[in-house]
Amino acid sequence: MNDVSQPPSLLLDGLPVPFRDGQTIMDAAMAAEIFIPHLCHHPEFKPQGSCKLCTVKANGRYVSACTMPARDGMEVENNSPDLNDKRRTMLQMLFVEGNHFCPSCEKSGDCMLQALAYELEMLSPHFEQFYPDRPVDASHPDVLLDFNRCILCELCVRASRDVDGKNVFALSGRGITKHLIVNAESGRLADTNFSLADQAAHVCPVGVILEKRRGFAVPIGSRRYDVDPIGMQVERLATRSATEEEA
Amino acid sequence: MTDEGIETRRVEKLLLPILDGHRRDAGRLVQILRQAQEALGYLPAAALTVIARAVDLPRARVEGVAGFYSFFHQNPVGHYRVLFSDNITDRMLGSAELIDRLCNKLWIERGKVSEDGLVSVDTTSCTGMCDQGPALLVNGRALTRLSAERVDRISELIRGQVPLADWPPDYFVVADNIRRRDALLNTQWPAGEALQAAIARGAEAMLSEMKLSNLRGRGGAGFTTHIKWESARRATCRHEPAARYVVCNADEGEPGTFKDRVLLSNYADLLFDGMSVAGITIGAQQGLVYLRGEYAYLLPALRANLERRRQSGLLGPALCGHPDLAFDIDIHLGAGAYVCGEETALLESLEGKRGVPRVRPPFPVSEGYLGQPTVVNNVETLCKAALIAVHGGAWFAGLGTKQSTGSKLLSISGDVESPGIYEYPFGVSVAQVLNDCGAGNAQAVQVSGPSGNCLAMHEFSRHIAFEDVPTAGAFMVFGAHRDMFEVARNFAHFFAHESCGFCTPCRVGTSLVANCMDKIANGLGSQYDIGEIFKIHRLLHAASHCGLGQAACNPLFDTLNKFRPAYERRLRSLDFEPAFDLDQALASARQMTGRDDPAAHFGLAARVTGVEP
Repeated sequence: MNDVSQPPSLLLDGLPVPFRDGQTIMDAAMAAEIFIPHLCHHPEFKPQGSCKLCTVKANGRYVSACTMPARDGMEVENNSPDLNDKRRTMLQMLFVEGNHFCPSCEKSGDCMLQALAYELEMLSPHFEQFYPDRPVDASHPDVLLDFNRCILCELCVRASRDVDGKNVFALSGRGITKHLIVNAESGRLADTNFSLADQAAHVCPVGVILEKRRGFAVPIGSRRYDVDPIGMQVERLATRSATEEEA
Repeated sequence: MTDEGIETRRVEKLLLPILDGHRRDAGRLVQILRQAQEALGYLPAAALTVIARAVDLPRARVEGVAGFYSFFHQNPVGHYRVLFSDNITDRMLGSAELIDRLCNKLWIERGKVSEDGLVSVDTTSCTGMCDQGPALLVNGRALTRLSAERVDRISELIRGQVPLADWPPDYFVVADNIRRRDALLNTQWPAGEALQAAIARGAEAMLSEMKLSNLRGRGGAGFTTHIKWESARRATCRHEPAARYVVCNADEGEPGTFKDRVLLSNYADLLFDGMSVAGITIGAQQGLVYLRGEYAYLLPALRANLERRRQSGLLGPALCGHPDLAFDIDIHLGAGAYVCGEETALLESLEGKRGVPRVRPPFPVSEGYLGQPTVVNNVETLCKAALIAVHGGAWFAGLGTKQSTGSKLLSISGDVESPGIYEYPFGVSVAQVLNDCGAGNAQAVQVSGPSGNCLAMHEFSRHIAFEDVPTAGAFMVFGAHRDMFEVARNFAHFFAHESCGFCTPCRVGTSLVANCMDKIANGLGSQYDIGEIFKIHRLLHAASHCGLGQAACNPLFDTLNKFRPAYERRLRSLDFEPAFDLDQALASARQMTGRDDPAAHFGLAARVTGVEP
């Protein structure tokens, strides 16, 4: 029988990490301020486990930390050369799959993809670029959609559906041609009921959903991940909220 | 009224009867889209808007579903839409030449609609006709045994705009090619025999017989069937009203597999009996067959069979005259997505969504179709369950091996004299099978399709069984004259095409690997590319969301290990070869500085004099 006074805990890279029933490995790690790299996870939304950056080894099996329920006594390997190597390869895959030109991107310094690439010491995209043709959508008066940078994390899909109750975004296509679409017959954001006040407008971890007329308000060099590496911002990541993201 | 307004009205008028026929149920979206496309030729933007409004879903969600399945088209397609099956076995029978021949005859470019909108010619994943290929689908109908003459005639029929109904009927004949019968294929029972036997036994006793039989799933994973049944029976229903479901996985998409096609055409009653047995055993009142879109031609006969069973009391309320028993079966059609063979992707598709595998746990036995306890079994598994209902578990356990009881249907194709269906008790050796089907000069067998194992000659003494060489049924034989690199390249492209795109490693990795294989095929590869394939294989195996991604590099891994020369003879160099000469690039610098000492050189030039660079 479990001792009821002792909360259950798992071993994360050898460190005991307590958790509450119903929490995932990611939840437990975040609460203990231990960083597990991730892109599609956000504490406010239902985890989906698609980016696979949070792949860890739990009791010897590779699993997604954001969807795997924590279990008492579970031994989890996180910050290891093997896992970081795999994560770096997946980051490289995300970079070559889209069109990412950090120096000219408004999100540079605030971008989780870029921050993780620095964190995991990704020195080059390594693979051949796919250079997909993804036209931007500048139809909306307040928001620009630059699909070139989309990493298909579905955070905007989830925010618009689950919080805003609008279903502005969805995914279409399959495999390497999977892509983000908006809820309009014309395919244009201007023809949806999307608004800058939506949570979905502020949840993009990369530079797809951008507020117009607000370029480079904070100079590059002073931005969120310019100041501290993402691995040292676990507390903020754990408590972040889409509504305060811009603050 | 605007043009769009008129178009919307026209589309609405055509779609309303279809939508009402499906009770405007969003859960039937895939079925609605199929029929809408039949009515309109393709799925124009206005149609998606009309459908979304009718089923009360966001339009983008409907567009997302339409964009997921290969057989849905959001742009106009030819009045005749020809899709050649692109499995390696079709290619070995000359399909590539036949595609070119048809395109030339029709004056069209492959993959593009002719300017008059009459015809388009393209490829599709294996259509399950490997024993009678090369095969194609024309407007969804299967054509087999293509030849140059037949292709010429088809081009004439298309140019003459002859309706499909008036094409020579023998073009559409699908032979069964049953070559070896055992416990299952020898069965000739009247409809309902197994169901009556199971009712007589009672649910608990039936479960015990299933346990005794040690039947394991025939779809590939080999999970013990009675555990699935028992878990689903004991699971609490999470939603009101309480319901449980039996789902038959007839999405036979693994290239090289066609055994379920034969069971569905000839043993449908045994299958429906098996489903009903599962239904009364787990306490389900509804069964669903998920039939792959390529087998749509089987639908009328299957529906007629279900109707016959209802008439004779073998389906519906008061099953077999027992007022407390009820079970009915519905059939859903897929629309061209291999990943839907994965049981949770299949459930998503059954619910009318994109066929993306779910996060597990929870497993379908506790939260499956519509969130209720669900048993998902393969066609062959359910047929075997029907046998167990009649003969009992002990009889079944007496066949095959201890860990792999019963028999297994193999779909044999490739370089053999008699391709077709062979049923063996588990434990048969690969060599025995090769001998029986007339594979004289086999160098390799791909067992269980691209996601299975590639066996080389020295492994032919191994046995077909879960404990040795497990299989879902595919058995593709490659003669000594075949190029195993091309086999692996075909499979790499198959996985890239069929990846659902949900997770990063599979979505990007399968395309990277396919590109890598093309690079090697074009004579531009080096040892470095082979290293890359291994690296991506390890990543996909570890980090992919479902079995598709985990298995996607298996055929490359196997052939690289067993048929390495097939790769190496294509490599430009066995070592990495840089694109430019580093030492030469320094020449102008040497000239400017007036140096020519060893330290001013890279590579060979520096090493010659024994000085470390």
